[in-house]
Amino acid sequence: MTDEVAVLGAGMHPWGKWGRGFVAYGTVAARAALADAGVDWRDVGSVVGADTVRGGYPGYVAGATFAKALGWQGARVASVYAACASGAQAIATARAQLLAGLADVVLVVGADAAPKGFFRPAGGDRPDDPDWLRFRVLGATNPAYFALYARRRMAVHGDTLEDFARVKVKNAALGARNPYARYRKPVTGEDVAASPVVADPLRLLDICATSDGAAALVLSTLEYARRHGAPDPVRIRAVSTVTPTYPNTVLDLPDIATDSAAAVPPTGRAFRASIAHAAYEEAGVGPDDLSLAEVYDLSTALELQWYEDLGLCGEGEGAKLIREGTTAPGGRIPVNTSGGLASFGEAVPAQAIAQVCELTWQLRGVAGGRQVVGARVGITANQGLFGHGSSVVVVR
Amino acid sequence: MARRKAPVVARWFAGEGDAFRLLGTRCSRCGAVFFPREDDFCRNPQCGDGELSEVALSPRGRVWSFTDGRYRPPAPYVSDPELPWRPYTLIAVELEAERMVVLGQGAPGVTVADLEVGMEVEVVSGVLHEDAETTWTTWHWRPLGVRA
Repeated sequence: MTDEVAVLGAGMHPWGKWGRGFVAYGTVAARAALADAGVDWRDVGSVVGADTVRGGYPGYVAGATFAKALGWQGARVASVYAACASGAQAIATARAQLLAGLADVVLVVGADAAPKGFFRPAGGDRPDDPDWLRFRVLGATNPAYFALYARRRMAVHGDTLEDFARVKVKNAALGARNPYARYRKPVTGEDVAASPVVADPLRLLDICATSDGAAALVLSTLEYARRHGAPDPVRIRAVSTVTPTYPNTVLDLPDIATDSAAAVPPTGRAFRASIAHAAYEEAGVGPDDLSLAEVYDLSTALELQWYEDLGLCGEGEGAKLIREGTTAPGGRIPVNTSGGLASFGEAVPAQAIAQVCELTWQLRGVAGGRQVVGARVGITANQGLFGHGSSVVVVR
Repeated sequence: MARRKAPVVARWFAGEGDAFRLLGTRCSRCGAVFFPREDDFCRNPQCGDGELSEVALSPRGRVWSFTDGRYRPPAPYVSDPELPWRPYTLIAVELEAERMVVLGQGAPGVTVADLEVGMEVEVVSGVLHEDAETTWTTWHWRPLGVRA
């Protein structure tokens, strides 16, 4: 087991379409996290930013951008990019610095101002870039991949459109109770069924939107937390940032084909399951120890997939969990108490950090109408384009 | 003026009519197959040392999953914004010999209503789009027994 680090503060800028730049959102979230931690920005030894890629080139260097906006004070800086997993990599970087003794307290920030409509690759002719190729050759948008998984689940496991809609209904009800969520209206199964098909079989309300938003965490060593008057902080016990194992046999964005399993038979876990497994191993906990989970519901169907990949149920049993209310508030293992991407929409570099903010509030017992009673152990799960695993285990 | 024909990506497919095939590469040492092609190094971490040579992929496979695009995809996908959007079908096909899944657009006229997971399909030559000088060719998946 790896040593733990403390979550001293968590902060967000509400998700939405606000018409401002990512720096403004990130600075609001950072200031909120610092205030929550009771830490003076000038005492922060390191700032780690999760990069946004808007504007057609890969990466405003987020760490330094936020450090400048907060007022240069000489902190060590790092910026990371791992698509949807950028936030987890920022947390992993901060944790490594804390455990290595390079800093006592680190500020982690992710923020995005998302364009309207489908995500698209950066401009220019780039035939060596798989993300460019899938759009050029196939027009394969992100929802197209979500839809392929959904159809596959329907064919193999017997999931129904009603099962997918149940995920949206659950998450919308929770998002309605979250002041940081973009969508705060309850949704019915009829609403989902009446929304237009985007990529058969998925409808608009099965698919997460793209949003502006920001999330930040103040992390510290346990020793710093004690000195700071936080003897029993929420703690990060594991951060999984694993890559797939060859052959990667699950078709994944942005690839046009899977690896071939002809030469090397696949052994062990498929990629998504391996992300959670690495987190469980590092934390010394298992699915039965969890109080709640925050998973990356890019689509309703994908949330059901994560139930299985987190080991909350066996393969093919995800729909049973949503039907029986197991993952709803009051169920055995509530999932996406924040309202999930269904209620937030995706603000890429902020999202994995936002998942940890929700777990932090839940484990502190301050999640209001979303509170899971007696929450002690939570896990986040997420996956970034190109093969980036992301899972964080948080305990109290 | 006749348009010239050009593949949307060089060396990913070749051949005419029944001889049309997707082209990948195979490692001489471990037998791993790659599509899109790898031409420099074998990506099997237990090998990594073989010569890669071109290989035609199986022309037939079974539908792993399928969907369609009801809204116009963004660039670099090419479509005429003056024309109404016409959804196309995307099919993920499992090739038995290669033990891999390859995505492709469905042949013109193939809709999701025509497809089922597990159905047998074959690869056929198709047109992605045309501009003033060029007909850009691609591969399509087509259910067996359907003729264009």
